[in-house]
Formats: sequence, C-alpha cells, structure tokens
Amino acid sequence: MTRKDYEERPQSGRNSSPAERVLFGSIGAGLIALSLGQRGQVGTLLATGGALLVAGAAMGQGLGETVTGVRRTEDDQIKVEKAITVGMGADELYTFWRNFENLPRFMDHLESVKVQDGDGQRSHWVAKAPAGTSVEWDAEITADEPGRRIAWRSLEGATVPNEGAVEFRPAPGDRGTEIHVSLTYRPPGGTLGATVARLLGEDPNVQIEHDLRRLKRLLEVGHIPTTEGQSSGRKGALKAEARMYDNRRTS
Amino acid sequence: MKAVVWQGVNRVSVETVPDPQILQPTDAIVRVTKTAICGSDLHLLDGYVPSMVHGDIVGHEFMGEVVEVGSEVRKVKVGDRVIVPFPIACGKCWYCQKGLTSLCDNSNPNPGLAEKFWGYSPAGLYGYSHITGGYAGGQAQFARTVYADANLFKVPDGLTDEQVLFLTDIFPTGFMGAENCQIEPGDVVAVFGAGPVGLFGIASAFLLGAERVIAIDRFPERLEMARTYGAETINYEEENVFELLKEMTGGRGPDSVMDAVGLEAQAHGLLGVADAVKQTTRVLESDRPHALRAAIMACRKGGTVSVPGVYGGLADKIPLGAFMNKGLTMKTGQTHVHRYLDRLTGYIQRGEIDPTRIITHRLTLDEAPHAYHIFKHKHDGCIKCVLDPWADPKDHEPTPAPQPQG
Repeated sequence: MTRKDYEERPQSGRNSSPAERVLFGSIGAGLIALSLGQRGQVGTLLATGGALLVAGAAMGQGLGETVTGVRRTEDDQIKVEKAITVGMGADELYTFWRNFENLPRFMDHLESVKVQDGDGQRSHWVAKAPAGTSVEWDAEITADEPGRRIAWRSLEGATVPNEGAVEFRPAPGDRGTEIHVSLTYRPPGGTLGATVARLLGEDPNVQIEHDLRRLKRLLEVGHIPTTEGQSSGRKGALKAEARMYDNRRTS
Repeated sequence: MKAVVWQGVNRVSVETVPDPQILQPTDAIVRVTKTAICGSDLHLLDGYVPSMVHGDIVGHEFMGEVVEVGSEVRKVKVGDRVIVPFPIACGKCWYCQKGLTSLCDNSNPNPGLAEKFWGYSPAGLYGYSHITGGYAGGQAQFARTVYADANLFKVPDGLTDEQVLFLTDIFPTGFMGAENCQIEPGDVVAVFGAGPVGLFGIASAFLLGAERVIAIDRFPERLEMARTYGAETINYEEENVFELLKEMTGGRGPDSVMDAVGLEAQAHGLLGVADAVKQTTRVLESDRPHALRAAIMACRKGGTVSVPGVYGGLADKIPLGAFMNKGLTMKTGQTHVHRYLDRLTGYIQRGEIDPTRIITHRLTLDEAPHAYHIFKHKHDGCIKCVLDPWADPKDHEPTPAPQPQG
C-alpha cells in the first residue's frame, strides 16, 4: 500500500452511514420523548442518552462506530490497515505470501484459497461467515512486485467485494521486514452491517491484527503458543471464566 | 498431582489437579523438586494483578528434573536437572536474540490483553495471571515448560537444588536491579526494600563495584541480614529516610537508588492512606508507588533510579518535576533472566555468593497457605520460603493454615 493508493480512497471524516444516522437519531429522539413522562433520575438518564444519540447522528459520529472504531471510506467501504515486523528477509516473506494457498495457515477466517491457473494470477477464496456459513469469491492479482508488494481484488459477483495489498519493507537495523497490509471491502449492509458484525465479535480490524501475529509466530517460532489443555484447579463454571482470558479469544 | 491454586483474594489452597501434559512439540514436563514463593506472588495473593482466575496454578520460581520432552526438543533430555527462568523466551524473535528475553514477542498467548493494558505485550510468565499468558505455574509437583530448548538450563554438577533455585528469578532480578543502577567506581547505592530481591540487589551492587550500599526497610531481621551483606541500614519507621540519606552521603544523595519494593509499598501519612484507599478500589489506582516516589526524591542530581519492583498499572503523584529537573534516568523491567545465568552461576560456583543464606523457612508444598501467610506478614522472621513438593507431610507436621484475612 503506497501513500498514493491511500489518497485515492480518502477516509471520511464521518464514520457512520446515512442509514445509521437516521436509525440512531430516531432512537435518540424516542428516548427524549420518553423522558418527558419521567421524573427524577430515570428521566434525566433517558434525556441524556437521547441527547447523546441525536448529537452523534447530527455530527455523523455513530455511537457504534465510535465505540468499535470502524473506519470507512467516502464510498462507504470499510478499510483496515495493519503492520507487523517479522524477523526474516523480504524475499522469503514475499514467496510465502505469494503462494496464496498459505494464507489460511494464519488467516483464521479463511477456510481455503485455491490458486486456479498456471501463473497463479487467479484464485478462489472460501471464508467463514457468521453462523457456520461460508462465503466464496474469485480474486485476481492486480500488482506483483517480487520481494516488495502484492495486490489483489475480488472479481465480479463476490458477495463481499474486497481488495487488498501487502507490502514488504526492509526494517531498519537487523529487525527483519515490515509487513504492511491494507484491506478494503464493502460488507453486506454497508458500514451499519459492519458495525453490527463487529459488535457480534466479527471484527476485521482485530482479525487482521491477530492474523499477522499468527504469521509472525508461525514463521519465527514454528507454531502459535497455547495454554489450551493445561492443568488447573478449575471446576465447572470457572472454566468459562478462564476462557474469557485465554488464547484463541485474544490472539 | 498436588499444586498451589489461587482461589481468590488472600486465598491459596493446595489441590489435587490433573498432571500436566505435553501440549506442543517444543514442551517439556519437569518434575519440580524445589519451588519458592516470590514477593511478587504476594501481589497475586492480594489481588492487585488483574486477570487472575480461580483455579490458576501459581508459582514462577521452580526447578526440577525433566521427565518428558516433546518431539522437537533437541538440547534437553529426560533426566536433566534444570532451572526454569520465570519469563518465557521463544529464543527466535528480535528481543530474544538481543537478550531481552522478558520482552519476547511470541511467548504470550494472550497478547491482546497485555496490549490493552500496556500498549505492547511482554513475554509470557509462568503462574502470573492471564495478562502474561495464563501459563500454569510451578508451585506444583510437575510443571509444563514451553520452548524447552530456549528456556531450560542444565544445572552444573555439584550444585544443590537450593543453590540454583533463585537463579530462576530473584538472584538475576537483584542483579539486573543493580546493573540498572549504572554503578561506577566509588558510587553509593541506596536500596529500598531489604527483602529477597533487595538483598540480592545489595550483594550484586558490591559485585558491580559500589563502594557503599544503604538498605532501607522496617523489619529488624531483614535489616540485620542486609548488614551481613555489607550494607548500612536505615529503619524507615524510626528515621527520616530522605534527611538521613542526604547526611550519610555528604549532602549529595545516593548516586543511584533501587526500588525493590513495588506496587504494595508501605507509607505513613496522608499520601499513604490515600494510596491505600485508592488501590483498594482497584480502579482509582492500581499501584502504591511510595518507594518509587521516595527513590526519585532521594536520588542525587543526574543519578539513576532502578526499578526491579513490580508495577501493574496506574500510579498517582509521581514527582515528575523532581525526576526531570534533577536530570534522572530510570531503568526498569521484568528480568531478562536468561542473559545473566552463566555469569551468576559462576559467582555461585566460585563461592562468591551463597544464595541459600536468605532462606529462613523450608516447608512442604502442603504448607503453602501457611508459607504465604508468614511470608506476607513477615511473621516468624520469614524472609524467604522454599517449598518441597515431594516432602512427605507426615515427616513434617503441616502447620495449620491461617483463616483468610480481610
């Protein structure tokens, strides 16, 4: 991802979609209306909440996205950019990534990527979707600079149109290579859909970050550390308490 | 197997839990022959380290014998006597390659949690809450150790368990605390806290060339032990520490000051009460930084403050004006245990340091609740407890566990 690409798709100052502004504005107005019939603390709380929602809607700062930090472009797409430094050379990393069939090894939400033709320009992607379903699409490589950069985008007919780029930059000193990933996609339901998905735990921002960390661990150490299956003095419900913290939720 | 399990604030118990298993090919299982309770375990006991879960096996100072290795373990063999540094190194990342093993990029399985609290995730630690990985600890009969080739260190022949046990944490921690003091010949070093880390800090400061070391504590037995290490002492309950330090150093102040106390420092006066109240809420303030404040105030102009004491989150009223205007340097960190092992083992082998001197209590694993109690409250002259996970409790009548307090 170069600075130029970034400028071609500027971020919107507002982070909520028109549909969302109408929805949250209406809820806010409703709360204010409700508060009129209430006395004391309950009335004050309702009115304050309502006022916050209306103000948010008016300014285009949706509550959901403010909380979850969704970034959208001006044409209502979601954009995610993440970077990590891996202690290997750019050429090795490029080679690993250029074989797209390696991606599901560290990208948790991908079920498979199959490279379709001889020169590996086209590929078929299958990703996990909420409620045990999956989405599939075909993608093509749009830029390929060995050792430096790969870009791709989905072809016509994808349920979730998306494009991505990965750039490999030598890190200073003996630190290895910086991997910069940029993804842009249009989720079903626009940014409102993305916000709901994020609140349900499907957060591409976090996913990409964790994917990159898995890649680093896979390549630097050979596997992802785990505590799953270790001994403890936990019984029954306490096991769920530990899972709140434990890996595979947070890494 | 038997293991010491965290059961909530101020409650640990000894439970029968499943034996650990090899979960990944780079793991090894260690039969723990000696383990110890560390001062930083008290922060877990008291509930000031976030993300402890009921049932967590605690303990990060332990050593023993390898009884099983995973298929990718090369350097470590079944039957090796090993010590286990408390921070977990992957051995491969930039930090591990630089010897900054407590900052390993890869060994914490819960980095997201650590990043929320601290911005970036340090290494995973054994038995030290889920923010540092949620790894089961070593106050148990067996322990699963990870990245065995990078983390298990073979004990040289001729050294006893007790001689090498503290290489897993408090000896290197005291040593790094002294190294972080940036000692130059002729320097005077002040050490807040004459507990186990403070005592190793005192000994290490002399090894690194300090001319005088001044230890500050309130327990007579700890001050007495500090004197046997060659330190001058100040009892902070009886003296004005700042005035006395100034006087003892000809008005200059100590060249470097070590905070070997950490987040549960005792303090008198209004500020101490305010800290205690705020810390109790777990929200307004997570750390009581009294020793750190005192260290910053006492340190000479242009000197160095070294912080081996553990801090977890947020602390109020740090005298930044003093810190900046006096041109101080602060050096901190969980200990990069791995990088110090060769050097410190040499000191032990040559008899220049006898780590066993600080042990005041030798108990069985079954007595862990009692051990935690006397160590926390400094009852019975307790400075350091070593636990034997395999001692028969019948040979050694267990002391009844005290009732939970507070």
